[in-house]
Amino acid sequence: MEQLLHQIASGLATGGVYASLALALVMIYQATHHVNFAQGELAMCSTYLAWWLVSAGVPYWIAFVITVAVSFVFGMGIERVLIRRVERAPILSVVIVFIGMQFILNSLAGWIFGYTIQSFPSPFPEESPWGNPYINSHELGIVAVTFVVVGLLWGFFRFTTLGLALRGAAANSDSAALCGIRVGSMLALGWGLAAAIGAVAGMLIAPVVFLDPNMMGGILIYAFAAALLGGIDSPVGAVIGGFSLGVLENLAGAYVIGTELKLTVALITIVAVLVVKPSGLLGKVVVTRV
Amino acid sequence: MQSQSLEAMSVAKNLPRWPVRRVVPALFVVLACALPFVVSNYRTFQLNMVFISTIALLGLNLLTGYNGQISLGHGAFYAIGAYTTAILMDRFNCPYVVAIASSGVICMGAGWLFGLPALRLEGLYLALATFALGVCLPQILKYKGIEDWTGGVQGITLIKPDAPLGLPLSPDQWLYFVSLGILLLLVWVAHNLVTSHTGRAIMAIRDNPLAATAMGIDLARYKTTTFGISAMFTGIAGGLSALTVQFVAPDSFSILVSAGFLVGIVVGGLASLSGALYGALFLQFVPNLADQISKAAPWAIYGVVLIGFVYLMPAGIAGFVHRALASVKSSSRKP
Repeated sequence: MEQLLHQIASGLATGGVYASLALALVMIYQATHHVNFAQGELAMCSTYLAWWLVSAGVPYWIAFVITVAVSFVFGMGIERVLIRRVERAPILSVVIVFIGMQFILNSLAGWIFGYTIQSFPSPFPEESPWGNPYINSHELGIVAVTFVVVGLLWGFFRFTTLGLALRGAAANSDSAALCGIRVGSMLALGWGLAAAIGAVAGMLIAPVVFLDPNMMGGILIYAFAAALLGGIDSPVGAVIGGFSLGVLENLAGAYVIGTELKLTVALITIVAVLVVKPSGLLGKVVVTRV
Repeated sequence: MQSQSLEAMSVAKNLPRWPVRRVVPALFVVLACALPFVVSNYRTFQLNMVFISTIALLGLNLLTGYNGQISLGHGAFYAIGAYTTAILMDRFNCPYVVAIASSGVICMGAGWLFGLPALRLEGLYLALATFALGVCLPQILKYKGIEDWTGGVQGITLIKPDAPLGLPLSPDQWLYFVSLGILLLLVWVAHNLVTSHTGRAIMAIRDNPLAATAMGIDLARYKTTTFGISAMFTGIAGGLSALTVQFVAPDSFSILVSAGFLVGIVVGGLASLSGALYGALFLQFVPNLADQISKAAPWAIYGVVLIGFVYLMPAGIAGFVHRALASVKSSSRKP
């Protein structure tokens, strides 16, 4: 029983990371209808920036804020420089650009920081909170930070004019443009937000999986699966999908198939969701007009 | 004026047909047959790998370039092909010809099966699903339950076959000719396929699925068949690679293999048969050169090349060569 609770608790923690990264994917999908294959590498680069700042003696939370801010600007820059040109190109071109970006970011990180595995500090205390045996502080911290991010995003989209404009640009770019919304800037803003959320996800998972240029490979697959499970256009779905996949991964790894086939859980989830219910749990069913 | 430009256009269109269309392939075959007697065994091995990649790229190009179904996980079929050959030869003492043919058949089945769910996945979603397949495959190959066959993490070691009938060829040279023969056969198959009415149906599905259906093309049948044929090509390439490298192991089939194939078809030229050869040459020789700069350099170059080709040269090297030939010809015809 204790084992089971422990598995569920640590599943929720990794689930929080999947949820954040899935949220970043959903942001970009909503804004531009692209699935960002480079999301994981973007997050990895942000995490390296944070690591570099912390090693240089910057206090953790200041490094955290700087990293999120820089990632935001970097994400907007990528949208402006690379993505804008292929906005109306065939899907294949877009996918190729994303994969190319993934290679470049990965090798840049390897070039600058090397391929040695680095440890990454956790801002949370070592000992478990209230002396409970099930969940340690870092895991609890991941879950808490995920909820804070989700809450902030929800508030942003629900209560601010900018959030409304962003939703408008995503839902119907032509009408939004006619209302005076700068659709181009909104798309860039969506990319910036996604990069910032990805940075948070990267910094949260780095103390668990350690830091190296390929750290995000498996996590990205799970984030894809989470985003699809929840519905690729639903932020709430992404969060639910992330947490449930984290738990599912741990339970399947501990009791059903063993840890060697963990990635296969994500593959099966992706294919099963796409075949059985392509809109996911909370996504909109898209009807194409013929 | 108008008729003149029309004439010029038709001239440009017909130009590569003769003599380029006949002379260049013939020259290629003559050159390819002579090369292994001139260059070292290692170069022969490298050129052999070029032919093998060409076969794999032909397969991916049939699916992605001609049919418009994006696969980011074709390395999976390459791996299945390689493992089929390795297991049949190592565990069942199959002759290599039978083993490679079986690789093709089994991959065709696997591709057809994966093509079924792919029918419901369009564009991005198919890219996602195949990407996940490519990432997961090494884990599946390492799985303990099938270790008796696959050799687990250790993989399987094979022995190169000797040339038959006492031909005075080294094993590397003999395998080179085997790959060349299979490549020529498959190029002939692919050429006939894309120029037939089946090929036109396959391309119509890529360009406008709705219009294709309205014209009576059975989308499901053509898409799954294309997936099967594509996987067969790539599987045969995988089988040949197992034989040539003499070794298969899960970690040699990471997602980077699939990513390399994508780079290959983009560089060579989407929806072009000759492009497969250019792409394969690029994959074989450019990373080796770049490796000397830094460990990270090959992938940085891949990335820059991918994005650069999409923006600047979307038809790849094949498109560039084609345009260059056409413009040379049309300017030489001018009085």
